[in-house]
Amino acid sequence: MRPFLAVAAVAVLALAACSGGGRDATKTDSGGGGNAAGSSGFTVAFVTHETPGDTFWDKVRAGAEQAAKDTGVTLKYSNDPDAAKQAQLIQSAVDAKVNGIATTLVTPDALAGAVKSASTAGIPVVGLNAGIDQYQKLGALMYFGSDESLAGTSLGRRIAGEGVKHPLCVIHQTGSVSLEARCAGVKSAVPGTENIQVNGADDSAVTTTLQAKLAQDKSIDYVVALNAQVALDVLNAEQQASSRAKLATFDLNPDIAKKIKDGQVEFAVDQQPYVQGYLAVTSLYLYLKNGNDIGGGKPVLTGPSFVDQGNIDKILPFTEKNTR
Amino acid sequence: MRRFLRLLARPELGALVAAVVIFGFFLAVAPSFRSFAAFSTVLYQSSTIGIVAVGVGLLMIGGEFDLSAGVITISAGLVNSMFCWYLGVNLWAGAALSLAFCLLVGFLNGWLVMRTGIPSFLVTLGTFFVLQGANLGVTKLVTGSVSSRDISAIDGFTSLRAVFAWSFALGAATVWITVLWWALFVALAAWTLQRARAGNWIYAVGGAADSARAVGVPVVRTKIALFMTVSFLGWFVGMHLLYRFNTLQAGNGVGNEFLYIIAAVVGGTLLTGGFGNAFGVAIGAFIFGTTSLGIVYAGWDPNWFKAFLGVMLLLAVLVNTYVKRLSSSAPAAAAPAAGPPTPVPAASGKEGGRD
Repeated sequence: MRPFLAVAAVAVLALAACSGGGRDATKTDSGGGGNAAGSSGFTVAFVTHETPGDTFWDKVRAGAEQAAKDTGVTLKYSNDPDAAKQAQLIQSAVDAKVNGIATTLVTPDALAGAVKSASTAGIPVVGLNAGIDQYQKLGALMYFGSDESLAGTSLGRRIAGEGVKHPLCVIHQTGSVSLEARCAGVKSAVPGTENIQVNGADDSAVTTTLQAKLAQDKSIDYVVALNAQVALDVLNAEQQASSRAKLATFDLNPDIAKKIKDGQVEFAVDQQPYVQGYLAVTSLYLYLKNGNDIGGGKPVLTGPSFVDQGNIDKILPFTEKNTR
Repeated sequence: MRRFLRLLARPELGALVAAVVIFGFFLAVAPSFRSFAAFSTVLYQSSTIGIVAVGVGLLMIGGEFDLSAGVITISAGLVNSMFCWYLGVNLWAGAALSLAFCLLVGFLNGWLVMRTGIPSFLVTLGTFFVLQGANLGVTKLVTGSVSSRDISAIDGFTSLRAVFAWSFALGAATVWITVLWWALFVALAAWTLQRARAGNWIYAVGGAADSARAVGVPVVRTKIALFMTVSFLGWFVGMHLLYRFNTLQAGNGVGNEFLYIIAAVVGGTLLTGGFGNAFGVAIGAFIFGTTSLGIVYAGWDPNWFKAFLGVMLLLAVLVNTYVKRLSSSAPAAAAPAAGPPTPVPAASGKEGGRD
């Protein structure tokens, strides 16, 4: 064992010579400035249905944290993909007597009770990301997010204009209402749209499933991915299946931004998750401090914002800072 | 009649029949399934499950579970990727570090199970959560995001890709090196189980650990080695994922531990340990690959895939139970590798009593 360790240690040291392609050593922290946490005297609970490890939610949270810093709000972030547990998280924020609650309303029926008890306790609630049709009924004051079916429809109209007949819409999470809504939106604009279900937790499974689908049906002329990682898998699958279908995706990450620049991905539909988190916190701050009502009773849309070769040069740097 | 019973008692037979039936079925209903290209895609999909399933199968024959086998593939890739990206060192150094890390996790799993007596189901469930949380937390700390960065420009990428994620075109088909690695690991495991002394030990510790200990089988060492085998193979698949896809999402890998266990069970491994073999596990993984892609090639709604998988799992367990009853009701008929473990004379020699 000991000789082995020694050999390994020598090998690591020998290989530890500097090598390109890694972290940029001179990178500076992008955060900067901001007020001390709690300097405004407000505490905001931020409750989402984030499934841990999703880059999308990471940006929502980054936006919320930056907003808390900018406004001096103390932010309490919590999340649970399970509807009943999310309701429990909202309830415990009410019990803790926070000053405001921002929450996603992905399962309105399950969350209604907890949101109502917040209003009863006089705690303002704003909705974000999901629940655009129900937030008012539940008693939430404002809403920040993208309209999923509108986003799907906009994407569908855009590709329909290119004469697309048979797009494939890739659903990477079983039973997700908002993903289904996006695909339904695409279908409303291009009736030939077909959905496919893949296991989003396993890139090799996503790739082979799509490879099989593209080989089975050569008439697929466009693929619509619903997140950035799946879009990268689509590129692998297309190469394997020698498919010439074009690719559009929802959401951005640095890799996808580069592929858009190279022309491998036609465009991305961005619902600007950073903005969702940022506005949800800021609006509560303004409401508490100043009684402001953003959107005038109507939802405030953060998307769909199209990212394509026309504007990618401007947006690329933001994706690398994890703000877009 | 006796020979027939003896054949029936082989653990992989039920799986083999099922594999042939399912494969033939998709050949019949799905025209696009009938090509070598489709076959090699199925093999590739099977290999990414099958490589880890070899280790999980051995472990289950040895009477234990590993629920951390799915996330450790992602941990392995993340350790390699982030270490090298953050420090700018050659990827081979990161791969070695990652291997050491995975072996340590396997060792800890085994050691905790043996020393505390807590069932492996619980110990590895704990490891599963720890790894899952650490994957997310550490990735966020190091990269500022929850996915690892693109490492394709770092030194060593090309050579590592050649080892773990190489592929070549064969006509219209692409053959992936993971398929060859899978075949190698299955052959190694089969040889170990059938021919090596360690194979006897594995059956013995899974069938009746106390009797095995009594005749001098090193129970602790065998079981720890099995856990380390699983994490080694998890590392291997993690390397493939990293070098094929360049980036990894920190939340991935969850759920695959069940696929490995399903492959082992469908392939004739008993949940109670002491029974099964490596070819059976490979066939189990192949059935998984055939089914998951066959449904797509047939143009059916893949939403139904899990339901199909569940039915197959239940059928496999029924067949296994039936086969086991058959084999134990015909005393002389059980195949040597498949029977209830008998004390192992080979093991009672110089290794005796030290564990």
